[in-house]
Order: sequence, then C-alpha cells, then structure tokens
Amino acid sequence: MRDVSIVGLGQTPVGEHWDTSLRELGFRALEAALKDARAERVEALYVGNMLSGHLTGQEHIAALIADFAGLRGIEAIKIEAACASGAAALRVGYAMVAGGLADIVAVVGVEKMTDQSPETVTAALSMGVDADYEAMQGLTHMGVGAMLMRRYMHEHGFKREDFANFAINAHANAVGNPNAMYRSPISVRLFNEAKPIADPISMFDSAPAADGAACVILAPTEIAREFNDKPVRIRASAVATDTVAAHDRRDPLYLEAAAISAQKAFATAGLGPDDIDLLETHDAFTILSALSLEACGFAARGGGVRLAQNGEIGLRGRIPITTMGGLKARGNPVGAAGLYQIVEVAQQMRGDAGVNQVVNARLGMAQNIGGTGGTVVTTILERL
Amino acid sequence: MEVARYWRTTRQRYQLVGEVCPNCNGKIFPPRDVCPTCEKEAKTPFAFSGVGEVYSYSTVYQAAAGYEKATPFTVAMIRLAEGPLVSAQLTDIDDKDVSIGMPVEMVTRVLREDGDRGMLVYGYKFRPVMV
Repeated sequence: MRDVSIVGLGQTPVGEHWDTSLRELGFRALEAALKDARAERVEALYVGNMLSGHLTGQEHIAALIADFAGLRGIEAIKIEAACASGAAALRVGYAMVAGGLADIVAVVGVEKMTDQSPETVTAALSMGVDADYEAMQGLTHMGVGAMLMRRYMHEHGFKREDFANFAINAHANAVGNPNAMYRSPISVRLFNEAKPIADPISMFDSAPAADGAACVILAPTEIAREFNDKPVRIRASAVATDTVAAHDRRDPLYLEAAAISAQKAFATAGLGPDDIDLLETHDAFTILSALSLEACGFAARGGGVRLAQNGEIGLRGRIPITTMGGLKARGNPVGAAGLYQIVEVAQQMRGDAGVNQVVNARLGMAQNIGGTGGTVVTTILERL
Repeated sequence: MEVARYWRTTRQRYQLVGEVCPNCNGKIFPPRDVCPTCEKEAKTPFAFSGVGEVYSYSTVYQAAAGYEKATPFTVAMIRLAEGPLVSAQLTDIDDKDVSIGMPVEMVTRVLREDGDRGMLVYGYKFRPVMV
C-alpha cells in the first residue's frame, strides 16, 4: 500500500452557469488541476456525480469528460453514491494509487442542476432517499431532514433559532471565498424570519442547488514534489453505509455511517477528534452539521448545536467547520460537493485559504454524506 | 406509467403487510426476507394493525414533481405499535394539532396521480385516532 498525496487542485466558481454545460464544467476543473500539478496527462479519471442522467439527460460522463478534456482512451469511470458521490470518487482514485494500479489519477466532482425547474430538481434529489418507502409517500430529501431536526429539537430541548449559527458561520466564511455562490453575511434576524421549506427547515437551514466542478490530482507521496511544491497527504480515507431510509435506522438521530467511517479513518491514521484542526461538514441542512459533529465525537449527543451556539465552530474556535462557506454558502452542486470539501481542506493545509486560514492547520477532515446518512465518506488530509 | 412497480408493493401500501422474524420475533416493515435485527432468514408475512404514534413530522411547502397539487402537506415518521418506524403523510388533520407522541391510525388514500389522466396510486396515510 503506497502513501498518496494530492498534487493538484482545481475548481470552478459555484453558481448558476447558464453558459456552461456539464461536460465543460468538468473539463474546466480538470484543466485547472492539471495546470496546478504541472501535468499534461493522467492515467485514469474518476468522476463523482449524482444526477447527470436525470437533470441533463447524459450518463456515461466519465468517458465524455475524458474525451473532451483531450484524454481520449484513458481509464474513466463515473461513481455515484447520492450526495456522497464526490468523495466516493476520491475514495476510488485514492485506492487506485495506493494499490499501485496507477501513478497519476484525476478525480472530478461535477454537477449541473440549474437547467431544470425546482420541482424537477427536488424530485431528483429525492432519489437519494428510499424511492418506494420515503419518496413515494411524498417525502422529499428536505422533508426527511426536517423530521430529524424536529425530533432532535424535541429530544434535546432546542428551538429552530438555536441552529442559526451554523448558517451565520457558513455565510461569514463564504465572504472570503472567491468561488462561493453566496458571499454576503446573514443576520440572526434573517435566519429567524426565513420562510419554511419543510418546517422547521427554512431557506437558511438548507444549502442551495447549483452548478460546479472541483478536481484533485493524486500521485504517490514519494514522487509528489515532482508535481507540486505543496503536496497534501491523504492521511486516511474511509467509507461506511447505513440504511437509506431514515426510518429504518436503529436511531434516526445517530448518523451511524458517519460514526463508523470516522472511527475507521481515525483508527488507520492513529488520530482522534482532538487532533483535527478543521472539519468540512456536509451541511446540506443545519441539522446534519450538528449530527456529524456528534457522530465523529466532537460533541456528545445533543451537544452539536451547543458547539455552534458557543462559537466553537468559527475559524478561531475549537473545531472550525465549513471554513470556506460549506454547502450552505459556497453552494451545493451535489455530486461535486465532496470534492469541493477536499479542495478546501487542501487549501487550508497548503496555507492558501486567505482570510479564512485556520492558523497552524495541520490536519483537516472532510465528511461527505449521501442522502440523509446512507453513505458517508470521511477523509483526513495532512500538511506535509 | 409504472404499473408493475406499483403492483409489486400493493400488499404493503394497502394492507401494511411486512414480516415477522421466526428467530427473534422482531416485526419487519417493509418485508426484506432477512431480519435486520438478528440477520436470520425472515419470510413469514405479518399484517400490522395500523396503530401507531407520531415520532416526528413536518409540513412540506416545496414539493417534488408529481406532488405539487397536494402542497402544502404534512409528512410524519410513525412508530407502529409493533415496533417499526414508517414514513407517511398525515391526513384529516388541522396542522396546528399535530404533536410528537400523538396516536394515529392507518387509512388508505391517494398518494399520487400519474399525470392528469393517469392511474391513481393508493397507499397508507395516517390520521389522528378518533377519540
């Protein structure tokens, strides 16, 4: 098993790119990452994406992007794990290099959502929950998240206003991220008065659908400096699954897949929560940030919201989260979100996070969640 | 028009038929032939009573394509008396009166239509128990 590092980063801004197709988004991120890695070619390409078929009428996108990127003929495969597709693709790319099957690999996360109406996008996102026993019943992805939030509030004695700081922190950090979709801060009042989408989830609890692509280039750590002066080591990579339907879980308020994948990642790396300098949570909904912090061991059950209320999640707090805006303010092109998380942690490890730099950041963690917790990919990156 | 797909889950949607595990007596919904608790084979049909209580709920204002006509509507996770949790819409309610712990019972209602002149898909919803 070889040690693997990230030697190139690329991303498009997240937003509504009327003028850019899915294949072009993927190509642009890949092109930027190759340039950053001072590389002309890769041996293999893994593309994380959830909804290309349903929202753009195009499957088979890894072969497509490889061809349009001038890499015709290489190994290229699309990987899907609902909203965890991005990090799932990273997992596969990592395994290829760690296992000695390729020396230089590109992983792209790409999603194009804004060509379609909101109702179509909502139906598409609901393919990440149980089609026959959740979506068929009228539940959307948001509806399930909302019921988890309400139950959490009931069990731990919180009001929806107590979740405000997750959104406020995300927006505050997006101000300093030139690739973020929403770069203006929000106030407590704005959060409290936001209209419900599926109550208690409001517009400001919920990350926006968007277009975007992010890419990393991977190589064995041993030769990483041939490509980039600031390689970032993949210290751990772990995947776990849980039931797709939230109602099938042993405890719907415990993200068991997040706990298992975090534990596996910590175990292989010989690390614990206290060693982590920042965490990119999958804040598709504010409740998921709270549950992730608890599942990973940064807080006890019911303590995730308190971390936010006490400001511990800010850039100078005990466990900074969503340091470049998170899904909420950087935006959520779903299949790409996991790769944006990785690029952002890598920027932090390189010391390139600008005004959002977490001081002395040496170990960064990213957790990408599929559906409402059915698949969770945890990655730990290390400054070399 | 996914006739075969709807037909496959008729007994679940109309009658709340799941399974009981012969090994640990756990009640299973929907049926899956392997007990999620003890992981042994579990193929014995079991019809749930339809009685339960609200575990959580939410009123949905932004629906997915195909459910726009019903919006806004209230969805819930319901703890069935026999143990499993199911997801379903609540019906015959005034939104203000829904609460966690509220007793509910299963009824059969239209879940969705397949287009304006398409087939109606029926299934379980839950209403407050009439006292």
